[in-house]
Amino acid sequence: MKFEGRAWVFGDGISTDHITPGRYFHLRSDLKELAKHVLEDARADFASKVRPGDIVVGGRNFGQGSSREHAPTVIKLAGVQAIVAKSVARIFFRNCINIGLPVIMCDTSDIQEGDILSIDLKEGVLGDKTQGLRLVFPLLPDIMTRILSDGGLVNHVKKHGDFNLGA
Amino acid sequence: MGKTLVEKILSLHEGKDVRAGEFILARVDWTLMQDGTGPLAVRQFEALGKGKLADPSHCLVFLDHASPSPRRELSNDHIFLREFCKNQGAVLHEVGEGVCHQITAERYLSPGQVLIGADSHTCTGGAFCAFSTGMGSTDIAVAMALGKTWFMVPATVRVILNGRLPEGVTAKDVILYLIGELGADGATYQALEFGGEALETLDMESRLTISNMAVEAGAKCGLFPSDEVTYQYLDKLGRGDAYTPFSPDPDARYVREVTINFSALTPRVACPHTVDNVFEVTHEKVLGTPIQQVVIGTCTNGRLSDFTQAARILKGRHRHPDTRLLIVPSSRRVHEDLMTDGVLKVFIEAGATLVTPGCGPCVGVHAGALGDGERCLSTQNRNFKGRMGNPEGEIYLSSPLTAAASAIEGKIADPRAYL
Repeated sequence: MKFEGRAWVFGDGISTDHITPGRYFHLRSDLKELAKHVLEDARADFASKVRPGDIVVGGRNFGQGSSREHAPTVIKLAGVQAIVAKSVARIFFRNCINIGLPVIMCDTSDIQEGDILSIDLKEGVLGDKTQGLRLVFPLLPDIMTRILSDGGLVNHVKKHGDFNLGA
Repeated sequence: MGKTLVEKILSLHEGKDVRAGEFILARVDWTLMQDGTGPLAVRQFEALGKGKLADPSHCLVFLDHASPSPRRELSNDHIFLREFCKNQGAVLHEVGEGVCHQITAERYLSPGQVLIGADSHTCTGGAFCAFSTGMGSTDIAVAMALGKTWFMVPATVRVILNGRLPEGVTAKDVILYLIGELGADGATYQALEFGGEALETLDMESRLTISNMAVEAGAKCGLFPSDEVTYQYLDKLGRGDAYTPFSPDPDARYVREVTINFSALTPRVACPHTVDNVFEVTHEKVLGTPIQQVVIGTCTNGRLSDFTQAARILKGRHRHPDTRLLIVPSSRRVHEDLMTDGVLKVFIEAGATLVTPGCGPCVGVHAGALGDGERCLSTQNRNFKGRMGNPEGEIYLSSPLTAAASAIEGKIADPRAYL
């Protein structure tokens, strides 16, 4: 999987409360409406300015906090095609893969807002075309690659009838 | 080579010896969802098209986050979950029964079991020596259908507890100290395992507080060995036959060791807006900070011993006129215990407001949302920006003792002055 997109840069420790604040708890069964507030407490204008194909870039421990899968889901619904961060909290990481949203970890220090990024998931390479950077990231474990390439966990289980861990 | 607690439990659930770093399919004993994550889990379960739950009597559904519901959308989510339980035979815990983690501890979880829950603080169950961890709705939905899930067996950080806690210092101070040392991502993808001579001094309610916050260091779980303390607690709940002793092998391999000397610990406070932003209560950034709302309770510190400690300080005293005091029992059982022990009377006479057993103000949905510029000191587990319903509010975290002393003074206070 290869794709390109424009970077939105966030800092360290973006929590699921930044992404989907508790005051919108009642919108969790109306994800399109909830997505209008995506990342609102990190950046109030994000939801109105994000465009399909954009890439969210974070710092350390992106997605820390609650298990709410609504958080990566509304990021995906907003049109974001991948999340890149220095590190990603455990549950959030797994949730991204389960909903079919690519998530990768590498040193994002030099990526600037608006940079055009190219990502090659198979090769584990992120290019920042604007800065002329080439960053290498670790490939996903096999099981996660399978789930992601099947389009998420529900599709994975529907396709195989079970988990497919491979050999 | 020996095994850690996690390796032992997951080996039992995979049916063969497993080690840190391996990817496994493990049998799951319990799945859990709540009203915030449950509707999505149910919709994903339905999308799988499997029809039936793998084990309805081990699928637990809790209405605890919006409890009672403050608005129609959430009331409709509750109807949806009730109908799911009725149709599928899943176990429903109604509004007012309490927080999922507390009820799971009281009624269901046993040493050596695997629980996965659509709530990040599912790690609370590590106090029983259960592999108990939080996941998202889709993972839970699939486990509900298949009775299993995949894991990477986590490497383990060993936390060695020595010494004795001084007066005024409690389990909450221990875990806040540890999170401050490890950092909010210090144990990401790893397990915490507690050991050391001070284990026997920690009762189950203290262990539940510590395990509850393992995720705040990024950990997958926070496990205590199961021992006499575990047995006595289960026995008191009428579940003594669920006890199995588990301890790590002496030659188990750990990725890292951290030692905490209880005797040198002091009361701690986590400052806005991250849980690892921890200072001593006497630090100039903390002591004397004006507080408009104090919350004592939640799944972190909402058990009888937490309230008994707070009542020790609040007895015969009154909250500061500028500071609201909210009491949130973690379950109806705890609420009943507070009534029979006379603790509730102490709180009401101190000017406290009693909130329905459940998540209460901790999740920002109702029952104590903060106003602009307000500060709250809470015994809950998280202080992220916006957590309590308002990004313009600030949340500090402490023990019940520190919270009680602060409610009296209207500013963050050192509880040791009251003991």
